[in-house]
This record gives sequence, structure tokens and C-alpha cells, in this order.
Amino acid sequence: MLNSKVPPGPIQEKWTQYKANCKLINPSNRRKYKVIVVGTGLAGSSVSSSLSELGFQVEVFTFHESPRRAHSVAAQGGINAAKDYKNDGDSIWRMFYDTVKGGDFRSREANVYRMAECSLGLIDQAVAQGVPFAREYSGYLSNRSFGGVQVSRTFYARGQTGQQLLQGAYQALIRQSEVGLLTIHTRHEMLDLILEEGKAKGIVSRNLDNGQVKNHMADAVILATGGYGKIYYLSTLAMNCNATAIWRAHKKGAFFAAPSWTQFHPTSLPQMGEYQSKLTLMSESLRNDGRIWVPKKAGETRSAREIPEAERDYYLERKYPSFGNLAPRDISSRAAKEQIDAGHGIGPLRNAVYLDFSDAIQRDGKEVIAKKYGNLFGMYKKITGMDAYSEPMMISPSAHFSMGGLWVDYELMSNLEGLFVLGEANFADHGANRLGANSLLQACVDGYFIAPHTVMNYLAGEKPIQNKTSANSEKSIQDTEQRMAKLLSIQGNTTAEEFHKALGKVLYTKCGLSRKRSELLEAQKELKALQESFYKDLIVSGSSDVINFELEKAGRVEDYLELAQLIVEDALQREESCGAHFRVEHQTNEGEAKRNDQEFKYVSVWESTSEGEYKLHKELLDFEAIQISERSYK
Amino acid sequence: MKLTLNIWRQSNVQAKGKFETYLLEDLDSHMSVPEMLDHLNDKLIKNRKDPVAFDSDCREGICGQCGFVINGHVQSPEEHATTCQTHLRSFKDGDVLNLEPFRAKAFPIKKDLCVDRTAFDRIIAKGGYISVNTGQAPEANGILIGHEEAEKAFDAASCIGCGACVAVCKNASAALFTSAKISHLSMLPQGKIEAKKRAVAMVEQMDKEGFGACSFTEACEAVCPQSISISHIVTMNKEYWKSSK
Repeated sequence: MLNSKVPPGPIQEKWTQYKANCKLINPSNRRKYKVIVVGTGLAGSSVSSSLSELGFQVEVFTFHESPRRAHSVAAQGGINAAKDYKNDGDSIWRMFYDTVKGGDFRSREANVYRMAECSLGLIDQAVAQGVPFAREYSGYLSNRSFGGVQVSRTFYARGQTGQQLLQGAYQALIRQSEVGLLTIHTRHEMLDLILEEGKAKGIVSRNLDNGQVKNHMADAVILATGGYGKIYYLSTLAMNCNATAIWRAHKKGAFFAAPSWTQFHPTSLPQMGEYQSKLTLMSESLRNDGRIWVPKKAGETRSAREIPEAERDYYLERKYPSFGNLAPRDISSRAAKEQIDAGHGIGPLRNAVYLDFSDAIQRDGKEVIAKKYGNLFGMYKKITGMDAYSEPMMISPSAHFSMGGLWVDYELMSNLEGLFVLGEANFADHGANRLGANSLLQACVDGYFIAPHTVMNYLAGEKPIQNKTSANSEKSIQDTEQRMAKLLSIQGNTTAEEFHKALGKVLYTKCGLSRKRSELLEAQKELKALQESFYKDLIVSGSSDVINFELEKAGRVEDYLELAQLIVEDALQREESCGAHFRVEHQTNEGEAKRNDQEFKYVSVWESTSEGEYKLHKELLDFEAIQISERSYK
Repeated sequence: MKLTLNIWRQSNVQAKGKFETYLLEDLDSHMSVPEMLDHLNDKLIKNRKDPVAFDSDCREGICGQCGFVINGHVQSPEEHATTCQTHLRSFKDGDVLNLEPFRAKAFPIKKDLCVDRTAFDRIIAKGGYISVNTGQAPEANGILIGHEEAEKAFDAASCIGCGACVAVCKNASAALFTSAKISHLSMLPQGKIEAKKRAVAMVEQMDKEGFGACSFTEACEAVCPQSISISHIVTMNKEYWKSSK
């Protein structure tokens, strides 16, 4: 059993008590400690600037050319906070409960409560930085609703909330590079973690412009490298999102929790052809006003407007009357898949459902709808060439968010001392399904408000590292260089991209929205075979001492091929359905996920042994504050 | 669908570049421009040739990473679109596309279609922020900002830092980029205190990076994927002259 080190006491007091008792370092001594941060999205940028403001030395690494490119930039709809500005019954407690329930009772209570608690200050912080959240005419902040809740607690900046929050965090980061002890290494990819006596003391990076492989030593390492939904190839993520940093840390002993819990976003654009490289997300906020439906007749050939009202099935409103089109993501995505599989799918590949705004436009007028969602409608038009004001959007579920990630305790520290994991890269707050507008929140809260305290608490017990190198780091450099050379030497006939596509196909069909034991067993075999063929038939052009995108890709796909096998192992092991993990063998009579609290009220936490075996550890989930129940949105 | 591509090939910043021609015959009109290049690269790699280096990440027009010049159009022949939001349906079967990198002194070419835009980060570093530390913030609704002001600030803040404004400008000026940040922050009550210092420091850095002067041709506004208005340049100049008096 893993110890998550949750402080004792009532849930409302835990974080206050932790902060009151954690160890501090005198301001003049802080500059002696160095922290490495990998990743410059919301979590990475915010923790970097916050630690630098406290006076620590911070070295920041990103594979991007600029920290501002990190994928937090693409989050659209909003960020949740329990401000209760609407007087609609919201509170920290309600937000905490919604989130635990949304995660199908598979998250750690104390972490979730803390996230809800810190959400209030986060909005204040962002506003102070100049984030232009939407405002009422009176000048007060505006809110809207997101899936899985019945209050309006989502703050937003049109459909570009992630971009605006990231601007705030990026600006705070770049300010520290000017005024603090903070250095930013752009175009540097972390390829290994350096351990000294079991503690994280540095990383090995590769300079992507000239191929130089180098070690960097520090007193603690923070990974804020985002999610790995791109493992499915077709996803809402950016092309370069990857699992390499966390997977390399896993190979050095960091445990991986719930790897198979990937959220499929219900409102992304459908795949149109084989050449396609990504599925663009359309914000969940659209479900505030859009109604989702499919034709009642399977194999319908008429266009949307020709289908009369009586022949349409608004299946979310029908199945979940109290939440309707704002049912949580896992449930909405699965319901869409159910309709598509039953032949009700629409579009050229019959792989989509309609998201229809005609009622809203009739009710509020085109202008009001354009004001709320104009940029999303514009984006839809740019990508599909279609006008969503006059015909319904076509949407489809797509791989999106990783609830799984490196296991962390209450302090966001992994089982390896000195290795902290923040944001989407960790497993902590979202359980088996994340609620909309909670991911920006978690990334920010982890970085601005939690890690600065817990990292200092850890550093206070450490002596600042003196050496610039070590036997372990030399070996890591050598291993990394050899790995690059090996990838270049195979010289087969299949590109990294092709392997990635093949891998994605296996995962989509056999370990995606629904999972079945027999298919998971097939997936295991197929992935093994794919991995073998990778080492025989990969082709990477060019060399390792110049800009070489193919080599970057090949390294990431190599890691994805290993992670994919752990994902399948995890999905096989969990003989229950919960949140995004839907095992067809475990469902209610109405086709809903059927949890097995008796046997699976724990998080599956995996260790990969040096013999290539997976060893299961468990973190028992104790629900002290709330009564765990069947999750219903009917 | 069939397209002929003339692509700028240059192996590094010192090397001399030249156009090379490729014929693609099996394209789909729904493909995006980066997907077309993925397709080309797949062929090049398998023929043991060096693939075309081009930047691309989110492929939905928000990260600002992609962008090159297509037949003389910076970013895209479509209005206010990024390269990744440009699909082959914008072209006719049999068309010839000339693809070349953004050209500006302050954006050295790294390889093929990739340029170095780190100058933008250095401009922001000189003052493109509000100096607030974590923990200092007052209650969010304590700072009231009218709906219109917030929307205007958002318009300026929506810049994706792609560099199209620089690439299209005959002077390679970064005035639109720099002014968008100056304007975004100086418009908000919480950003006014540092407005003077910010404008001077950012404009000085912009000049130091080798960007040219603005001569108000409005070309930048015309190509900006976020439709950022040149009125921000007026704001920037006002802030600058106010401060340097």
C-alpha cells in the first residue's frame, strides 16, 4: 500500500495545517538551492515563476522554441472556481463534491478539496496578471456553466481561456528570467532523470538545435510536461505532445498511476480521412446552448435540415434529463459512440453526431450566440469550410486528457524523493474522469499555490548540491547518446509517424472508449509485434547533430510503444467500469459504468521492474468526508 | 488532387538556400497544408532524402508555432488564417505553390521553413507583464473592468506571437506584436502603473533586435490571424512619447 501522506484532521483544515507546519528556508539561503522545471505550460511556468519569486534558482526546460507555445495555450472554454459570484448555491464543498463525483469516486479526497479551496485565489491571481476574463457590463466577472455541474462557476476569456491564462503565466515566467535567478532553456528536451542515492538530482537534456546531450544537476526536479493523449495519434493534442519525460522518469523508478484513464472529449471535430493528423476540439461550453442529436433512423441519408423534429433523437436530453446536454464528458462521449455504433452516425464517414444551435439562435438571436461563441464558429468554418450558424456542427469523441500520470502524494512528490510532478502529468485530482474547466485550474493551482510550499518543505531537509556531474549522470548521457544512435541506425522502411498511426489505431479500437477483455488481450499481442517491428523497420533520416524532427518523433514514439503496453495492462487489471474506463463486462442494465467498490476502491499504481515486468502497487482511497455512491446524472 | 510545390531548402543559418520542386499527385482537398507536407516528407524519407523542416504544433491556429509564406501570402492565402488552418481546398487542382520561410533580419532562418523568433520573447522580457508576485493579488472583483474595456484588452491579448506581422511588413517591423502587448496591459487598471516604463523598455528592445520602423502600411493587420488592429500601434506610440518626455 502506498502512503499518500495526507495530513490528519478535518478535510477543511488539512491544507491550512500543512502550510502552518511545513518547513521553510530563510530567504537568504534560498538562492543556494536550484530547482529544475521541465515544461512551460501553465503548471511549469507558474511553479517556475513562483519559486523564482521566493528566491530559489530555477532552470526551466522546454522543447518548444518559446515557452508560450506549450499546449495549455489551446484550452478553450474556461477555468472553474468556487467564487459563488452567481449566488447559485456554489461553495468549496460543492465544487469538491462535484469533482469527486465527476471522477467517479476514484480520486483522492484531500487533493480535490485543496484544489477547490485554492480555486478562489487563482482567479484573483490571474486577474492581477492582466488576464482579460469576460466581464458583465457592470464590470464584474462573468461566469458560465460546464458539464457535470448545476452551478455557473466557470470563468472564461471567450474561447481562448487557456491562451490567456498561459500568457499570464508566461509573462510571470519571462519576468523572472529578467529579474530573478531563473534561466530558460528552449528547444531542450528532457531525455533522462538523474538519481543520486535514490533522489532526483538532475536531468539529461538534448539540445534540439545542435543535438548536444548534457546533464543538469539540481536539488529537486519538477516535471510539468502535460498529458499523453497523443498516444492515440488522432487526438485534440498538439503534434509534439508526448510522454517522454514522465516515461523516462518511470523507467528510473517513478510509479505510474492509472495509465489507461484517458478522457475522450465529446465535442471534437470528426476524422475526415486517413491523412488526418489531429482532431480539433470544439469547447464544451458550446453545450450550454447547442443541442446534441442524431437521426432516429439508422443509416439516414437526408441532410440535417431535412430531418423533421419528430425524427431526431436528442439522446442526452432523453437519457439524462437533469443534466441534458451538459452531462459529463465520459458519459456524453460514450453515449455518442453508442449512437454511432448503432448506425445513427452522420457525416461522410458516419462517425459524428450533430451539435445544433438553431434553437438557441431562434431564442437569443444570432448576435448573442456570435458574441458567446463567435471565435469557435469561426474556427469551425476555417477547418471544415462549413457555417455552423446555418447548419449544425458535426462532432465526435476524441482522445483528450490523461487522468492518469505519474503517481504523486499529497505534496505532489512522486515515490522518488525530490521528483515532483504537476498538472496533467500527474495523477491526483480528477479520478477516472475530469470535469470540464478543471484542468486549467489544476495546472495553475499545482504551480502557483501548492508546489512552492511542498518543494520548499522538501528542500529544507536537503543540503544544496555542489557537484556539476556524477557517475550516474555520465552514464545517463552515454545511454541517451546510444539511444539516439540506435534509432538512426535501423534504417528500415517505416517512418515514426506510421508507427504512431498504427499504435493509435490499436489503442482506439481496443483500449479506447470501451474495453473488453478479449480485445485487450489482442491489443497486447499487436503492440508487442508493433514494437518488434519498430526496432527492425524504423527509418529516421538525417543525423543527430542538427535539427532533426524525425529523430525527435522517433524517440517519442519509442516511449509511446512502451507506455501503450502498460496502458493495456492497466485496463485489463481493473475488472470494473469507472469514469472513462468502461469495461463492457461491467455495466448496469441501462448500459452505465458499474463500479466495484468492494474490490477496486484503490488507484492502480505501476512499477516497471528492470526485468521488464509490471508490479502493481495500490493506493487505497479512503472517503472520510463524503458518502460514496452510485454516480447518476439522470 | 495534384500540386507542384517549390519549397525553400536551406540546411542551416549560414548555408545558402534555394528552391526545390516536388510534384504531389495523390492529395485530398480536405488536407491542411502541414498535412500535405507530412505526406511529402513521408515520401522523401522513404526515398532516403532529407524531409522538409517546418514548424507546426497545435494545428488549430492558436499556438503560433507554424507559419510560412505560400505564394507570397504570409501564413495563408485565406483571410486571417494560420498556415495550419489552410486547407488544400483553397487551391485549384494543378496549382503551383511556392513555399518559403518568413523573411526578416530579426528572424534568422534555422532550416528550410523554420525561423528563429526568440526575439519576441526578449521584447516581452523587457516589460511585457504586470509585476505581481504569486500571493499578492487582491480579490478579483475588487478590480472592476467594464465589458467593453475587457473585450478590447482581450482583442490585443489574443496575439499568438506567430510573427506574420513582421514577415509581411516591408520594413520587417514588430510594431503590431509589441504594441498589442503594450496596449493590452496599459488598457487595464492593474497594468497602468508600469505603462510608461514598459513602453520605453519594450520599444528599445524591439529596435535593438533589428526590427524595422513602422510606416503604417496596415499590411500587418490585414494578415494577422487574430485580426489585431493597428490602432494598438497608435496606443504604443502615445505611451512611448508620453514616457520619453
